[in-house]
Amino acid sequence: MSRNFPPDTCPYLHEEMETLTREQISALQLERLQATVRHCMNSPFYKQRFEEIGLKPEDIKSLDDIRKIPFTTKADLRDTYPFGMASVPLRECTRLHSSSGTTGTPTVILHTKKDLEEWANQVARNLWMVGLRPDDVFQNSSGYGMFTGGLGFQYGAERMGMLTIPAAAGNSLRQIKFMTDFGTTALHAVPSYVTRLYEVMQSAGVDPRKDTKLKVLAIGAEPHSEEQRRRIEEMMGVKAYNSFGMSEMCGPGVGFECQEQNGLHFWEDYYIVEIVDPETLEPVADGEIGELVLTSLCREAMPLLRYRTRDLTRVLGRTCPCGRNHVRIDRMRGRSDDMMVLRGVNIFPIQIEKILMTFPELANNYLITLTTDADNDNMTVEVELEELFTDDFRRLQELTNRIQRALKDEILLTPHVKLLPKGTLPVSEGKAVRVVDKRKVYQ
Amino acid sequence: MTIKQLSIFIENKSGTLIRVLDLLSRANIQIIASTIADTQDYGIYRVLCSAPGEAYLILKDNGINVQLADVMAITIDDEPGRAALAVKALSDAGVNILYMYSFLWKGKGVLTMRTDEVSLAEEVIKNNNIQLLNENEFLL
Repeated sequence: MSRNFPPDTCPYLHEEMETLTREQISALQLERLQATVRHCMNSPFYKQRFEEIGLKPEDIKSLDDIRKIPFTTKADLRDTYPFGMASVPLRECTRLHSSSGTTGTPTVILHTKKDLEEWANQVARNLWMVGLRPDDVFQNSSGYGMFTGGLGFQYGAERMGMLTIPAAAGNSLRQIKFMTDFGTTALHAVPSYVTRLYEVMQSAGVDPRKDTKLKVLAIGAEPHSEEQRRRIEEMMGVKAYNSFGMSEMCGPGVGFECQEQNGLHFWEDYYIVEIVDPETLEPVADGEIGELVLTSLCREAMPLLRYRTRDLTRVLGRTCPCGRNHVRIDRMRGRSDDMMVLRGVNIFPIQIEKILMTFPELANNYLITLTTDADNDNMTVEVELEELFTDDFRRLQELTNRIQRALKDEILLTPHVKLLPKGTLPVSEGKAVRVVDKRKVYQ
Repeated sequence: MTIKQLSIFIENKSGTLIRVLDLLSRANIQIIASTIADTQDYGIYRVLCSAPGEAYLILKDNGINVQLADVMAITIDDEPGRAALAVKALSDAGVNILYMYSFLWKGKGVLTMRTDEVSLAEEVIKNNNIQLLNENEFLL
């Protein structure tokens, strides 16, 4: 029975698209950009924004004309919550994903049936690219639900024809049993969870090299260094490929490393990739670090034009020995805002501040420190006691526990909370330094 | 029947204790007894001194997290077994001791303790004829 896949020996799932020349990519992008801009005029938000500056879809005559289009930001998504950005009526939408971030108003991303198909196609293309074939067994140890790493990889791996195991996150012993019993050959997880799995494997006497059939790891959704990736590869005895995605564009699938492991190919048939100076918003030269700006070219429900991702990175090249000329983007080097990504969870300092301010026992100053300990990201929140209201350790510990629980409810992971005497934390002149990132991620 | 003790919240880090001692020293306040209880992150420095009220204000004015705690200071003869007897009387009556430290004062042993059951403790002390120290004894 034919499943419309290329032969297993073919390195490309979508050969025609993956091997486009630069000229072909540019021609396709212009065509798709013009169509997307026209389609965006169905969005109340974009229609108004274009009218405000007197820009018409037909003014986009070349790829460079994209610079006439204003940037779209996360704030725009919040302001148009929930459906003000949509370019199709709701009855044409079949899926909604909402940001896990709990900073005030959440954001909503809508998908049509075709959007979901195209999303699956991108993920499938990536998985084929790193050597997976329909005979493979794909275990997705990523959170499901609103977190796009779950359903995104699920649909993509199914699209590629693999046997899929929607294991979701957590319960490491069960994960390991799935891997050994079902012959898992590919695993997707956030990098810190791979490390955790390895620790549990060790204590359970399971050797991933001998006792599993693992051959590929897909890791993403949280920043990690090259060094960390190499350690993960060393532990599990297989290649680990970096995945980039963001719910605003669809989810995972936007960019992925090929077997050269020299940058992530961002799929230019689906997106226009710009790197701009986050201050001047002018484009930077290839090789220079700037903010990643993405325009979706194939989305129906909610295309975004020049979306500021706030991720800092750079262009590594536009050719590759693998035969794909889709731009190669470096691993993310940091953020142009103060968002922290910890174990796959996006956290803003303001969320932590908001919780701390509900405790009358605490003074106003606080400091968040991020560290990497045996490949696990940890957060310490140092707070100051306003008044010593007791000299009973149990009551101080009880306060610490209450703060910890309240923070966990907000940011979904448990930080270490350190009580300090008032006046201990450094008082900075001007803008307070609230976050110290000691992780090796961005080095 | 209780006396005032300074409870001072300090970071578990070098240099934090000397700041407190310096302030007390400059105000000519004498420390009668002191003890530090510590956790990984912080400690509480507990001090009996010659002028706890004055010391409290000085420390507070200098931004130190300090509390005046009410503690009982039981005097016992400086002989083996006396602490056991005193604590047994309290313990038998169901008095829970949060913390305790001891020192010698003018030839007598002093057990300093904090309990949340002060009135019960007072009754036990009265019935067992246990002696308590008075704050005035520490005046310079």
